[in-house]
Amino acid sequence: MNILVCIKQVPAKDAPLAIAGNWIKESDIGFEMNEPDSYALEEALRLKEKHGGEVIALSLGPERVKQTIKEALAKGADRGIHIADDNFAQLDPLGTAKVIAAAIAGQKVDLVLTGLQSDDHGFGQTGVLLAALLNLPHATLIMQIDVQDGKMKLKRELEAGWFQWIECPLPAVLTIQSGINKVRYATLKGIMAAKKKEIAALTREALGVTVEPTQKIEKIYVPTKTKKTEFLTGTPKEAAAKLVEKLKFEARVI
Amino acid sequence: MKILVIAEQRQGKWNNSSFETLVAAQQIASAGSATVSALVIGKGVAVLAGELASKNVAEVLLVEHDLLDAYTPDGYCAALKQVIESAKPDLVLFPHTYQVRDFAPKLAAMLGKGMVGDCVGFRSEGGKLIFVRQMFQGKTAADVTFTGAVPWFVSFQSGAFRADQLAAHPNGKAPVNAVSVNVNAADIRTKPLELFKEAKSAVDLTQAPLIVAIGRGIKAPENIAQAEAVAKAMGAELAASRPICDEGWLPMERQIGSSGQTVAPKLYLALGISGAIQHVVGMKGARTIVAVNKDQNAPIFEIADYGIVADIFEIMPALTEELQKAKG
Repeated sequence: MNILVCIKQVPAKDAPLAIAGNWIKESDIGFEMNEPDSYALEEALRLKEKHGGEVIALSLGPERVKQTIKEALAKGADRGIHIADDNFAQLDPLGTAKVIAAAIAGQKVDLVLTGLQSDDHGFGQTGVLLAALLNLPHATLIMQIDVQDGKMKLKRELEAGWFQWIECPLPAVLTIQSGINKVRYATLKGIMAAKKKEIAALTREALGVTVEPTQKIEKIYVPTKTKKTEFLTGTPKEAAAKLVEKLKFEARVI
Repeated sequence: MKILVIAEQRQGKWNNSSFETLVAAQQIASAGSATVSALVIGKGVAVLAGELASKNVAEVLLVEHDLLDAYTPDGYCAALKQVIESAKPDLVLFPHTYQVRDFAPKLAAMLGKGMVGDCVGFRSEGGKLIFVRQMFQGKTAADVTFTGAVPWFVSFQSGAFRADQLAAHPNGKAPVNAVSVNVNAADIRTKPLELFKEAKSAVDLTQAPLIVAIGRGIKAPENIAQAEAVAKAMGAELAASRPICDEGWLPMERQIGSSGQTVAPKLYLALGISGAIQHVVGMKGARTIVAVNKDQNAPIFEIADYGIVADIFEIMPALTEELQKAKG
């Protein structure tokens, strides 16, 4: 079973964000694998261990995203695909999906996995759009994958604690719900092995994809507060005492 | 401008964020000159269509088919594509539910269009509609406009609009028009099976008047005891954001957020929770929100009534002590 995992590289969780127009200043901050995608990668590695085949890690973005592809290779992916694009942040969800779909179309894969959404744009559309563009069946927010007789039985998360089993044929596209598994760390052996693994380089132009944006992010900004927060200051003891006072006599909730 | 709201039901029961989206539609309509229609899709859902018709809408579209009884992305997309092609709305609005995330981007793509998802509001500036959504886990907001031709597809986050502001129909009921669609069994590639809940949860956080919730800031499972001590001193239930439950540090039944429980307690104390959208939708209805976080720019402070910018490991023991003192 050949599995392709779409992985985004996003600003590190604790990175201080400096807004620049409709994106952020990329200098001086660290980047990391989009956490939801790390669950998709882990699931791909587990499926490969069970059913054989190869795992391909694909990422779209500037040169820096190769580091994240290397991380995936170190964890056990067999090869990588880097779609080099310095302007990725200006692509809309449909444009992003068109570029990735064109790259996937040239691969022999049984399953395409993505995370639930990215921690930067947070569009949460790529997986579903890939299915539409590649004309594959799909399912989202998957919490369990059982492959048998060329099809899958999937546990899909719904809202408010509900789940649903669904059957889905292969090939297909799935988006993986965070928490489906426990993500592994790369071993030293894996890191060494990754150095010999191939990362194919593609570009939007070479793929022959022209994108016409359907939407534009005009600007991003720090959101205006909807509530006036009263900040309590002082030593931890003072702040805690003030809080108890407020909760007891002002908010009257304890 | 014609606005079409796709309402959501499952097994004949509304997803209530449908009505919030209807409010969004009514507000967009009153900001310009527009008509609002609502659509319900499924099988045997005429009663629900009647309920929608009592709201202030121009008409209700009733889309029924045997193959639409249980939701499938293929079935819904095939049916709704036909309805949108014939009804020709300019703006198609959805509640941003898990189901909508599952099919709406595909529906838009099948029509060659894009979708702006998970919006928290809109503005109309000089006749131009601007949709506001969050980025970077709620650390920034983004103004988004459509650049292509209509129809435009937009989904609104749960809680972004208030369902109690929904306007009733001014004189009785709007017409309900059944729209027939062609759906073929062969086009539906996934097969929905049974719906179920995991083992019944022992705690019902929705009934808890006081909640102490922990997030990534707790760092390690052995630190949870400190938060438990705060909860115990306060007489509160302990809850968590998703990452904590994903790690298995607390059971899933204690998770607050879009994939967990939605709560509205008297007091919600967020310890080391950054305030990502997925968490906030589950607790922003709390009467009093307190946030303790060492990052003063954490989005949780946007909705907090009281805030302490500090290390939770310094605050937790101090707070436990002060709470015990206040009680004693």
